[in-house]
Amino acid sequence: MTEPSLITACRSMLARDLVLAMRRRADVLTTLIFFLIVVSLFPLGVGPEIDILREIAPGVIWVAALLASMLSLGRLFSDDYQDGTLEQILLLPHPLAIIVLNKVVAHWLVSGLPLVIFSPLLGMQLGLNAESIGILMVTLILGTPVLSLLGSVGAALTVGLRGGGVLVSLLVLPLYIPVLIFGAGAVESAAAGLGVEAHMSLLGAFLAMSMVMAPWATAAALRISLD
Amino acid sequence: MAFQNSIIWLYFSSPKNFYPLAGKLIPVFAVLAVVLTVIGLYIGFFVAPTDYQQGDSYRIIFIHVPAAWMSMFIYIVMAMYAFVGLVWNIKMSEMMASAMAPTGAMFAFIALWTGALWGKPTWGAYWVWDARLTSELILLFLYIGFMSLESAIDDPRRAARASALIAVVGVVNVPIIYFSVKWWNTLHQGASVSPTMAPKMAAAMLNSMMIMVFAFWMYSIAVVLMRARNIILEREKQTTWVQELVTNKK
Repeated sequence: MTEPSLITACRSMLARDLVLAMRRRADVLTTLIFFLIVVSLFPLGVGPEIDILREIAPGVIWVAALLASMLSLGRLFSDDYQDGTLEQILLLPHPLAIIVLNKVVAHWLVSGLPLVIFSPLLGMQLGLNAESIGILMVTLILGTPVLSLLGSVGAALTVGLRGGGVLVSLLVLPLYIPVLIFGAGAVESAAAGLGVEAHMSLLGAFLAMSMVMAPWATAAALRISLD
Repeated sequence: MAFQNSIIWLYFSSPKNFYPLAGKLIPVFAVLAVVLTVIGLYIGFFVAPTDYQQGDSYRIIFIHVPAAWMSMFIYIVMAMYAFVGLVWNIKMSEMMASAMAPTGAMFAFIALWTGALWGKPTWGAYWVWDARLTSELILLFLYIGFMSLESAIDDPRRAARASALIAVVGVVNVPIIYFSVKWWNTLHQGASVSPTMAPKMAAAMLNSMMIMVFAFWMYSIAVVLMRARNIILEREKQTTWVQELVTNKK
């Protein structure tokens, strides 16, 4: 039997993860609904004055996205770890970092992308104008993949641990801070009539950098965890 | 193996050889720490003049500034040890990294605590969302993450390697986090006070502060070596030399 090429391995990995996610649609929906609920709680806590809500909207939506994407990290490797697939993946004759990148992409498609798609709805609820909502979506498109990539390192380190879910938040939330600052900052400065190029460039830089470095660190972490 | 033994740091990278060396070094650094602390605090409290703007409350910087520096410096050294341990698989290096974390976390906490005490009379608030305060707080979170990951994993080998990896990931992120927080702060900075101290310091103030920095260094080295010795005993307990050492002492 010949070995499948790297391209084939990546494609089938991506397809497999997406099919698995589609078979368990409830998991995908839970993350999304969590995101919607957290944002909806803020007006109840802060009060319904639209001016205050408009001011805090970028931060609230971004923090909710941070929490939602962190919540979904548990599924990234744990199912594969439990049924033994992860060990088989480690044995593949291909670079583990690239395989990991595929898994992260699949994870983002089912957990990050829905947040981007539903964010305009929340933006409107909190009184953002059309321009700010557009900026918000772009920052989320750039930023949520960074969250998935950085989070994959934490998920790989805590795979198979008791209480891994709480631990992963302790590990990755401090690393999420730059994304939060510039993601929410872009929307705020757009609302204030200032330019957003600097924020967008930095978010793009975070994405490029984490795309190069995070899969490599995640691969190392998986090898440590399954040693 | 003769070649390896000729290189002294490779010789001491074996826990068995490191253990007695650390035992000899600890008293030296401990005594230096005590002496320097006494001198530094004496100059700080009795020789250094009262600041004309801040009064006597500024004197907390003799603790605060060295603690803040140490907390950052220890994280970098810890990450270096972690990196060496991961790449060259040197067990002693991993043990040193985990021996450093509690001391670094303690200094980060002291820096925040003394900073709050200094901020109340000076700025009128215990806490402001200043870039330095915020990044020091995040540093404390990074230390806590490192230690929690290590204690959550039962297998000591995996615990050491996993926490080493998170230390390396953390140190790559520290400059990014620091500048993000700094830019965030300049974007949001209202009419609040700047935490930068008066650029000119009396010589006695500077002397006291530098002596305290060295005192904290010596303290850190002594405490880290002590902790490293305990970690060695714990992780090497199945080896004959540890068993002989422990039974002979009884």
